[in-house]
Amino acid sequence: MFLKKLALAGAVTVLSGTTALAGCGLSAGNVNILGNDFAAIQAVVAGAGECAGDGVTVSANLTTEHRDLQVAALTANPAQYSAAIVANSSIVPLLNDGLIRSLDDLVAKHGQGLQPSQLITIDGKVMAVAFMANAQHLFYRSDVLAAAGVQPPKSYEEVLAAAAKIKSAGLMDHPVIMNTKTGWNLGEEFVNMYMGTGAPFFKAGSAEVAINNDHGVAALNMLKSLTEYSNPDYLTYDSNATAAVWEAGQAALGIMWGSRGGPILDDEGSTEEVTGSTVLTSAPTLMGDNVASTLWWDGFTISANVSDADAEATFVALVNGISDDVVRTNNDAAVWLSAVYEPSAASAGVSATAMSGANPYPMLPYMGLLHGALGAEITEFLQGSETAEQALADVEAAYTAAAKEKGFLQ
Amino acid sequence: MAHRTFFWFILPSLAAMLLFIALPLVSVAVQSLHIEHEQVLKVTKNCGPFGCKEETTVNAEATQMLRDQKPLGRFNGLNTYFDRGHLATAEVAQAWQERSSLGGFLADLYNLPLYKAIGFTLVYTFVVTPLVILLGLVIALGVNRVTPILKGPTIFVSLLPMIVTPLIGSLILFWMIDAQGIIGKSLQYLFDDPELSLKASPALTWMTLIVYGIWHSAPFAFVVFYAGLQTVNSDSLEAAQIDGANRWQQLRYVVIPHLMPLVIFISLIQLMDNFRVFEPIVGFSAQANATSLSFIIFNDLRGDVMRFNSAAATSVLTILGVTILLLPVLIRTWRDFKGKAI
Repeated sequence: MFLKKLALAGAVTVLSGTTALAGCGLSAGNVNILGNDFAAIQAVVAGAGECAGDGVTVSANLTTEHRDLQVAALTANPAQYSAAIVANSSIVPLLNDGLIRSLDDLVAKHGQGLQPSQLITIDGKVMAVAFMANAQHLFYRSDVLAAAGVQPPKSYEEVLAAAAKIKSAGLMDHPVIMNTKTGWNLGEEFVNMYMGTGAPFFKAGSAEVAINNDHGVAALNMLKSLTEYSNPDYLTYDSNATAAVWEAGQAALGIMWGSRGGPILDDEGSTEEVTGSTVLTSAPTLMGDNVASTLWWDGFTISANVSDADAEATFVALVNGISDDVVRTNNDAAVWLSAVYEPSAASAGVSATAMSGANPYPMLPYMGLLHGALGAEITEFLQGSETAEQALADVEAAYTAAAKEKGFLQ
Repeated sequence: MAHRTFFWFILPSLAAMLLFIALPLVSVAVQSLHIEHEQVLKVTKNCGPFGCKEETTVNAEATQMLRDQKPLGRFNGLNTYFDRGHLATAEVAQAWQERSSLGGFLADLYNLPLYKAIGFTLVYTFVVTPLVILLGLVIALGVNRVTPILKGPTIFVSLLPMIVTPLIGSLILFWMIDAQGIIGKSLQYLFDDPELSLKASPALTWMTLIVYGIWHSAPFAFVVFYAGLQTVNSDSLEAAQIDGANRWQQLRYVVIPHLMPLVIFISLIQLMDNFRVFEPIVGFSAQANATSLSFIIFNDLRGDVMRFNSAAATSVLTILGVTILLLPVLIRTWRDFKGKAI
């Protein structure tokens, strides 16, 4: 037994020794990564960790509260973290304050393995390297739909019709589930739904909001109709709660994040009945062919306030973190933006949503303010205590006050 | 003590108070009078995995130059205080002019974030504070009569709600009152209503938060009253008994007057604490139905965009609110103090 352990330890040392030499070739540098906490990012950070040793240190802070830390942590000089793993909304505050560096030279030097589509370029400069895609889309239970005698829905009208049939057939009281917790989650549901109307969020070329119109009312009304088929606690449902309800087999039509697909379809936390019949597919359309969803990418950025040596080490380590090996071993953890990625049932929803022409989440500097105003102000409409017009007027007023304070509007 | 000795004695704590209480307050007040610089925007071509797009971005260098010249931002006077996110004077005036009835005006007022938060905060404060004092007194009187051998364990159990961290305590209860939880399911069974949810309606959420607040704070009042009960003069009690006072009369005319200074102390602390109600709103995910001033500040400082100036203005308004709330109690204490001095 002891010998076996020793042999194993030796093998690991040799293995890690070789990868460090072959994969990274670094001599010195401090790598410290800040990021969100889910399976795919854990895999990337573990891959980056392989470069540790020989004067290179790799550490990470993965937390769901990363968005609240990043600006303060990267403003410090030297920055607390050499890299921040961001999405297309959370990169905006870092860009606004000039806290991340252009990666052009590092990509030229160490990024030969990266695909051009992975490079996030702003005004011609590479500012981030994306490694995975994400979107909210439809999850449905094929067995429940079959029992109710309905086809898988393509549009939100069909989702409503299917929900009504499931309910009237007595199969489920609350067949619909969405991430509708007041705050960021609810704001995201409105953003997705409004995308389905095809209308812009802002007046062209300005920070003036443009959602207080018929399109906004249509999006709100659809959200409200859906919540009528949701559990009455829907205003407390975030991504963790909806995944748990789904795994407990208590919903049949879900609008959830694609990154939840892997954990839901695996054999942990649920029954064969649920996992065997859960199908992930494109987000439904709202008006015409407009898919009511937003596309997201997750990628890494390198802090502006670190030394060039640390920046280089960080870039090399993170490129190692999204290497072909990491993608192959963690294939089902995400929809990887990599040539070796094999599409699976868990990624079918995100791929289908992207294929059906969904737009990316707007990377505008004032979008976060609108998102916040939406999350706070549309609750009362969903609860029935105010009209859709009033709710949209409230969103507009709250956004305008915030945008004036932040210097986007006069 | 000579004035000089007293001065040197108090200097370290005075310095700490200045550094850690007064200066931050001044900083918050100054920040609340400013807003950020006008953002210099430019249109750039941005590309990513989902294609290229012309988008507006912030010109970080130009904006940074403005910031370096004036780090505090633009002076905005009291305008942040009067905007829609705070006192909303224009909206309130409009609602008053266009009111159809007092109820309609109040409904319009309740639609504004600050007044909505104040509504819940005040109801919470004025329901929880007296009930905490009452319940704390009842528990203290009860524990005082328990046989000595059981006193230790009883006191420990009574203190538990205060020992549990507020956020954890509220999270545990949040799951217990879930429609699938033990309390939620029992209530559904009791009221024979399978749709009953304590998290769904504003009224039930408020009740839940208030019950939680009383549960959490009652031990504090209990401990203070229990200590006070140990100092009740037994001569006065015996004299009252000889005069033929029953148990209620002894309580009413001897014990409670003796505990009165403690009631004022607990009221002060509880008014301050309850006005800043925060953890249960996060723990119970109650922001859809109930927000407080502290929650608004928290919300401003979270997420992709942080609004420091707005949070600073709400903080100053909270301090003003606490001061107004405590004024009657403070005036009373001052009068008592002056009365004693003469």
